[in-house]
Amino acid sequence: MEGITITKKIDIRGLVCPYTFVKAKLAMEVMEVGEVLEILLDYEEASRSIPKSMEDHGQRVLKVEKVNDTDWLLLIRKEKE
Amino acid sequence: MEFTEDQVQRYSRHIILPEVGGKGQMKLLNAKVFIVGAGGLGCPVGYYLAAAGVGTIGLVDNDTVELSNLQRQIAHSTKTLGMLKVDSAKATFEALNPDVTVVGIKERISKDTIMDLIRDYDVVVDGSDNFPTRYLVNDACVLAKKPLVSGAILKFEGQVTTVLPGEGHCYRCLFEEMPPPGLVPSCQEAGVIGAITGVVGSLQAMEVVKLILGKGEVLKNTLLIYDALKTVFRRVKIPKNPDCPVCGANPTITELGDYEADYCRM
Repeated sequence: MEGITITKKIDIRGLVCPYTFVKAKLAMEVMEVGEVLEILLDYEEASRSIPKSMEDHGQRVLKVEKVNDTDWLLLIRKEKE
Repeated sequence: MEFTEDQVQRYSRHIILPEVGGKGQMKLLNAKVFIVGAGGLGCPVGYYLAAAGVGTIGLVDNDTVELSNLQRQIAHSTKTLGMLKVDSAKATFEALNPDVTVVGIKERISKDTIMDLIRDYDVVVDGSDNFPTRYLVNDACVLAKKPLVSGAILKFEGQVTTVLPGEGHCYRCLFEEMPPPGLVPSCQEAGVIGAITGVVGSLQAMEVVKLILGKGEVLKNTLLIYDALKTVFRRVKIPKNPDCPVCGANPTITELGDYEADYCRM
């Protein structure tokens, strides 16, 4: 994923749904359209639900990657306010 | 301003909604809503607005809690019998949500106090149980250009309408003058089914929340009538009356009169 500039990173390991999405959404709200949020999480369900919810809200999922035995890394680009 | 961890949890179901989000929740926390009456309607309106995190709730009422109130006035309880309704409701709402400050005002609202009382608030809610107060609140909101969410209940019927001064109708466009005393019975005379206060009060709270968020459509130029026996909601169009005595082009009501005395003289 070359050429992607990450604007903001949040580490929500230890959180479960729905707070995983709540935290991701709050982080996204204060960003500008076009900026990219990196989310590090360890709650498996959220690795599926956050991308789905973000897309439902009109945002763009750039990457969903399992980075080790417990953690996932998501990259979401803000497409709309 | 950032949310505390407790606030993120408390308001999580709001924040998830696209129409609310963190920004909308912050609007609710910064909002000030004034409620006339801490009775059948004021209880559910205040209860839901407190739960929603409306930061400041003004509440005016002159009464104390009586046993006959408790079949419908859910902010009060057997333990608060005899207490001022504003104190009883304040304790209930602040226990539900410590983010909320309830400003209780123990008085019967009048033409001499209403303009000062509503000045610092964003939205006014009418949950009063009598015509002089209903007309006083309408006229004051039109003159002060405050949005007003008006509700009324009797027996098995309820009504809700939202007045946006300068944009839509007002209560006098609908009913120009107060009905003569005795024509419309009071809850005391005619009775009221308890749960209807929850339906109508919740509709009012919902109107207030939409006004604060700036989302959706409110009951502008519309009267919503609820028939609880038939379980029917009807929306009635209420056009703005160009000759309305308070919000028309050439208003005859330009300051507040003595509604109580007018009513008694009828």
